[in-house]
Amino acid sequence: MTAIANDPPEIRRSWTQAARLFVRRQPLGTFGLVIVVVAAIAGLSAEWIAPYSPTANDFAAMTEPPSLAHWLGTDQFGRDLLSRIIYGARTALIIGFVSAFVGGFAGLVLGVGSAYFGGWIDLVLQRVMDILMAFPLIIMALAVVAIFGTGVQNVIAAITIPLIPRCARVVRASALAIREVPYIDAARTSGFGHARIILRHMVPNVVAPFLIMLTAFVGQAILAEASLSYLGLGVQEPTPAWGLMLQGGAEEYASTAPWIAIFPGIAIALTVFGFSLFGDALRDAIDPKLRER
Amino acid sequence: MTGAAVAARPLLEVRGLHMHFPISEGVLLRRQIGEVKAIDGVDFSVQRGETLGLVGESGCGKTTTGRCILQLEKPTAGSIFYDGVDINTLSRPEMLALRRRIQVIFQDPYSSLNPRMKVGDIIGEPIKVHGLVPDAGKRIARVRELLSVCGLDPSFADRYPHEMSGGQRQRVGIARALALEPEFIVCDEAVSALDVSIQAQVINLLEDLRERFGLTYLFIAHDLSVVRHLCQRVAVMYLGRVVELADCDELFDNPMHPYTRALLAAVPVPDPAIEAGRAFQPVRGEVPSPINPPSGCVFHPRCTMAVESCRQARPELRELRPGHWVACSQVN
Repeated sequence: MTAIANDPPEIRRSWTQAARLFVRRQPLGTFGLVIVVVAAIAGLSAEWIAPYSPTANDFAAMTEPPSLAHWLGTDQFGRDLLSRIIYGARTALIIGFVSAFVGGFAGLVLGVGSAYFGGWIDLVLQRVMDILMAFPLIIMALAVVAIFGTGVQNVIAAITIPLIPRCARVVRASALAIREVPYIDAARTSGFGHARIILRHMVPNVVAPFLIMLTAFVGQAILAEASLSYLGLGVQEPTPAWGLMLQGGAEEYASTAPWIAIFPGIAIALTVFGFSLFGDALRDAIDPKLRER
Repeated sequence: MTGAAVAARPLLEVRGLHMHFPISEGVLLRRQIGEVKAIDGVDFSVQRGETLGLVGESGCGKTTTGRCILQLEKPTAGSIFYDGVDINTLSRPEMLALRRRIQVIFQDPYSSLNPRMKVGDIIGEPIKVHGLVPDAGKRIARVRELLSVCGLDPSFADRYPHEMSGGQRQRVGIARALALEPEFIVCDEAVSALDVSIQAQVINLLEDLRERFGLTYLFIAHDLSVVRHLCQRVAVMYLGRVVELADCDELFDNPMHPYTRALLAAVPVPDPAIEAGRAFQPVRGEVPSPINPPSGCVFHPRCTMAVESCRQARPELRELRPGHWVACSQVN
């Protein structure tokens, strides 16, 4: 085994071992993962854990500061802030995950296809991506909402479209390297179709960087949703959404009832921070150069 | 062509093959500033059932020749006839049918298998795509049979490539090539990445398979001892051209082209006493760049026999003895 041992055998670990290693080596990433899990639990089981209905008005208890009855206080319509933040997690995660996954997968297929076909297809696709990338995410999303109107579906579309080129770029770079590998030549000499080569042979081999990017995209998408809602172009009242809560609280009650704006702000910051930390840690954990130390 | 060649049509015939890769510059306005002449006029033929060795140092265009035959590159000029048909004129369905008949074994057993697929799927996929064995159960049986034909335990079908050694992986690569029941296999440095002991096993396997399935090989290699063992005829390439082509024993016993002689002289003798006493004269200089190859005979800057005319006229392959073709104006 001298001549052929040109790369070390891949080390396969069980899931539990891998998880334990991740916790030990990536304490910040674990913190991020905990935030992500807490947000996911809140979003999934909002009906059971939220103490009040997120849309129920209690005009006897408007703009109340945090108390035992309302842990995070109430807003100007007497709605319980904690309940709205819990339900808001659902809105944020639905929009975040759907946009990140749809945009991510579209970018994955476009990026791999672009690298595989090369030539003028690659050139045209990449220039279109350049044009899309020239706009900051939020400006691009604003333009899409301006064209299609507001509402959850349109917000998802508005966030998905600018994510596509960001993903396609990164995926294309990995796919360009994969395209030159002999097993792709073997697939071509076997007479496989383009779709089979792209989906069965190239996509599975660029999936590692893609998954990491997807985690970061969820955070970005949540932030974009909050920004759009804050600007009044995203989710509309009375749907509980963090950006919307921030807007309602920050404008009139910043000095008289600051908790209305502070708590949804913390929710946004923590969740986005959590996804970023987790994504970064995942990248470091998967990168073989950083793995064995 | 000789009388024998007319009687038996070659399985593969390469005529005047050129493959020039453009070198371009500039981002917006791309312009071609030159070209790499990877193959610059190559002719040879392979008879059904024989093994033709294609040898030469790295960068001489032997792999590119193989890639052109496999239709992985579109040649700049020249034609490739497979079983009498020019493969550049084929329609898509005809091409697909031809792909079944020509397969490849790659050099690197690590990068030639998709790391995300199980061995059984790697071998079974071409069978499935070409509809050779439509029934899934029978297909698994066929994959297991192919594995045992290649000297692997059929249970390897459930393994991933990373769970196997280099030699085992190379056998999987061979099993994949056999899956489509081809007649012609391009072995692109098929054993040069392997350990010497494993090399011998794989060479024996290739020989057995040739007998058993009546295969024809184009054996691309730089290891001359392997070529001598396995091939019936050998073509020597230098800088994109075939400089000598002869029967294996004839070429090794009686090399005529100065480059072939230098190449054979460079093979060490496995006896230190003889090796120490041997007068060894390495070829002078470096291989010239294929971007701007020398005029006339491409070997003339390094040749000990070169005369003035070698600088101008490009020597064509001449049949100096029956079946022994040499592209050199100075030998007779």
